[in-house]
Amino acid sequence: MPRVSLFVTCVVDQVFPRVGMAMAEVLERAGCEVEFRDEQTCCGQPAFNSGYRGEARDVARHFLKVFEGAEYIVVPSGSCTSMIDHHYADLFEGHQETRVWEFSRFLVDVLKVEDVGAKLDVLATYHDSCHALRELKIKDAPRRLLRNVRGLRLAEMDAAEECCGFGGTFSVKFADVSGAMARTKIDSILRTGADTVVSIDSSCLMQLQGVLSRAGSNIRTMHLAEVLASR
Amino acid sequence: MFSSIRQALGRSAAAPAPNPPAARLINTFSGDPVAKFSEAFTALNGKLVLAADPAEARSKLETMLAGKRVVASRAPILGGLGEEYSREACAAADIGLTSADFALADTGTLVFLSESKESRLISLLPPCHIAVIQRQRILTGLDELLSRIPNPSVQSSAMVLVTGPSRTADIEMRLVRGVHGPGEIVVMVVGM
Amino acid sequence: MKSSPPHKIQETLADPKLQRAIYSATGRLAENRRKTVLPEVLPDFQDLREHAHNIKKHTLDHLDVYVDEFERNVLARGGIVIWANTAAEACAFIGNLCRERGVKLVVKSKSMTSEEIHLNKYLEKDGIEAVETDLGEYIIQLTGETPYHIVAPALHKTLEQVADVLHAPPGATAESLTAMARATLREKFLAAGVGITGANFLVADSGAVVLVENEGNARLSSSAPRIHIALAGIEKLIPRAQDLAVFLKLLGRSGTGQPLTVYTSYLAGTRKPGEPDGPDEFYVVLLDNGRTKILADAKKRQSLFCIRCGACLNHCPVYRKIGGYSYPWVYSGPIGKILTPQFMGREHDPWLPFASSLCGACGEVCPVKIEIPKILLELRQEIAEKEGDRAEHLAFRMFSWVMRHPHVYEQFRWVRKMGKMPAAGPLKAWLSQRDLPNLPQKSFRELWRERGRS
Repeated sequence: MPRVSLFVTCVVDQVFPRVGMAMAEVLERAGCEVEFRDEQTCCGQPAFNSGYRGEARDVARHFLKVFEGAEYIVVPSGSCTSMIDHHYADLFEGHQETRVWEFSRFLVDVLKVEDVGAKLDVLATYHDSCHALRELKIKDAPRRLLRNVRGLRLAEMDAAEECCGFGGTFSVKFADVSGAMARTKIDSILRTGADTVVSIDSSCLMQLQGVLSRAGSNIRTMHLAEVLASR
Repeated sequence: MFSSIRQALGRSAAAPAPNPPAARLINTFSGDPVAKFSEAFTALNGKLVLAADPAEARSKLETMLAGKRVVASRAPILGGLGEEYSREACAAADIGLTSADFALADTGTLVFLSESKESRLISLLPPCHIAVIQRQRILTGLDELLSRIPNPSVQSSAMVLVTGPSRTADIEMRLVRGVHGPGEIVVMVVGM
Repeated sequence: MKSSPPHKIQETLADPKLQRAIYSATGRLAENRRKTVLPEVLPDFQDLREHAHNIKKHTLDHLDVYVDEFERNVLARGGIVIWANTAAEACAFIGNLCRERGVKLVVKSKSMTSEEIHLNKYLEKDGIEAVETDLGEYIIQLTGETPYHIVAPALHKTLEQVADVLHAPPGATAESLTAMARATLREKFLAAGVGITGANFLVADSGAVVLVENEGNARLSSSAPRIHIALAGIEKLIPRAQDLAVFLKLLGRSGTGQPLTVYTSYLAGTRKPGEPDGPDEFYVVLLDNGRTKILADAKKRQSLFCIRCGACLNHCPVYRKIGGYSYPWVYSGPIGKILTPQFMGREHDPWLPFASSLCGACGEVCPVKIEIPKILLELRQEIAEKEGDRAEHLAFRMFSWVMRHPHVYEQFRWVRKMGKMPAAGPLKAWLSQRDLPNLPQKSFRELWRERGRS
């Protein structure tokens, strides 16, 4: 039985806790033993992306201390996973990280599971979050998992690979550009007729949901974990 | 500036000649170059004419050139078919007639090397360009060309690759042909 | 760090016609590119990118050797190399040459490098007419603007605006406007005393300049006048003619979705004896203008690999919203974001490297594999450390402290209990575009604890 240590990310912990609970559920159903180390906080990405590597390094050290000895660290976020996987090497000379897995990739590539027995009656469209797509090369795994959800129809949007405009502090430093990027994404979503937008990154969903609500739309956003936990 | 470059690279004295990564010349094309060239060239809006031998080529050319003002290069096969090169002739002619040194099958490209029998402006100024090429000069692509001629500057001051008629999409991304170069391009393949 | 981005951004975002023009033009270029690099169309595309990156890396790592070889070969073929350390030196040489030869009319083909050194303005002051001959450049020369996009300079202009500036009769079409420009420019080509081009590549073993185009104006500019001047940054060097087999397969496809552009000219030296035409004088002006500074920075040297294809612009979600004029310098888009601070100094526009969501689309399509996002992060670090905003740094120091002290971090629950976040500072910016999520009553860790897990 694989022992999985959850890194839920600060955004999920404080703003979207149900995503974390859903992920834990799905992993347990798939046969994992799941632990949550409660000293965990953040991966340090906000500081790193703003150029404050010293501060990012301090936060990263805390992360590494908390997760010492963990075998599989599973994360419901592409951007946090790639921060640890790719960019901790920028912070610590010669550092190599092999234990961290984005949630969908962990299911498909490690547990070799593509059908978690989920059921959800929706017309969904999938948003490829940038770090997951381009740094982690995750494109297929989430779609395979979605296609096995009973009752779920998947409609691809033409702008699936375009950035939603979140980009961390970019979303507030360049708010109007960020908003314009999100609205282009929403147009693409509308063209699919989907009632649900799915992604593996909560920050993207927060951005898209914010714009959808502002526009008075009924389209809802769901993290992949929440979809897969649906029965 | 030379010393700024040296300084930037952290070098104090002349460095030994470095070995560049090996030249990458890979021919990935398999098939009939002539057929492929025809396909690629006509897809670019080029017109293809076939001739079995120089005699047939000349007779076909005479038909195409009838009633038009033509400036021709000094390629032997074109003898007497047009006016001799001059800037004025090029600027006024309806058709520029040249030979082509090579063609590249995969992209439908014509290759011209300026030299004593060919000029730069004949294929450039008139609105229509007709190029005559021998069938065996149709190569598979750029890799084969550069394998054959590793350094074109040795024999010519200008090698030009022509891939279709002149074009632009600078106004609202609308495609227009014949901007500065010829809008019409015809290739006669001899030896078919 | 706090210097605000230009108002051009707001202006561009607020113009729906312009938004449509930018989005559709870049979208079309991107789609055309995509079709020509599909695995079934160009199976060795990734291999070619890797090779191109390595050739550029090697060339720049040994640039001293290659500029030397290049100059020797140019000289051997009757040409002359001019070493211009600065924009002023480049302009001065060109101006002086024109004056010495009594040249009053110069034709130019598309050259971003010439924009960089403001050549046209300099020549005009000397009483020399410098005519842009690329259709897009010709149009914006008439309107007094600068290029909007590396490959499509007049992307932002409507057909009506073009008809207007050409004083065209009513009912103008793209064809009729092009024909008008062709006729006018034809006269200029044939009358000009000097033709000035840029260079996509400088070939060391041949002393040759390579010009890549679709219209034929670069060919005319380099072949009709008696004198040809090619202006190029020192980073344009490649070692051998044979290396063109790699670069030419990437440039056309990446820029416009053409396996090869209509004309690729490889020009070496003055016309050889017996050749009916070609320039009697051939000059290559090698420009530094800050490139050696970038060369000295091993981490960011790859910024100089750029072959100016424009692919990064076409795929950048930010460029596709803010357009070319929102960038402070001649080079726009992602490549502009990394070149501008390195040429102009970081303090010139410290906001620029932050105007990116780091989506990575640029690096993904760059034919020479420049790691643009990585360089943006480097620049951000330098700016934060050197030109840093004290208040922001303090905020991140607090962030770091909180994140290292889980018990403090957990106090965020007090904010959650309020149900809403106070709309101050960054949150106001957020709310200007979208709603905030409803904060949950309990955090994940609280829920986890409740369920009796450990």
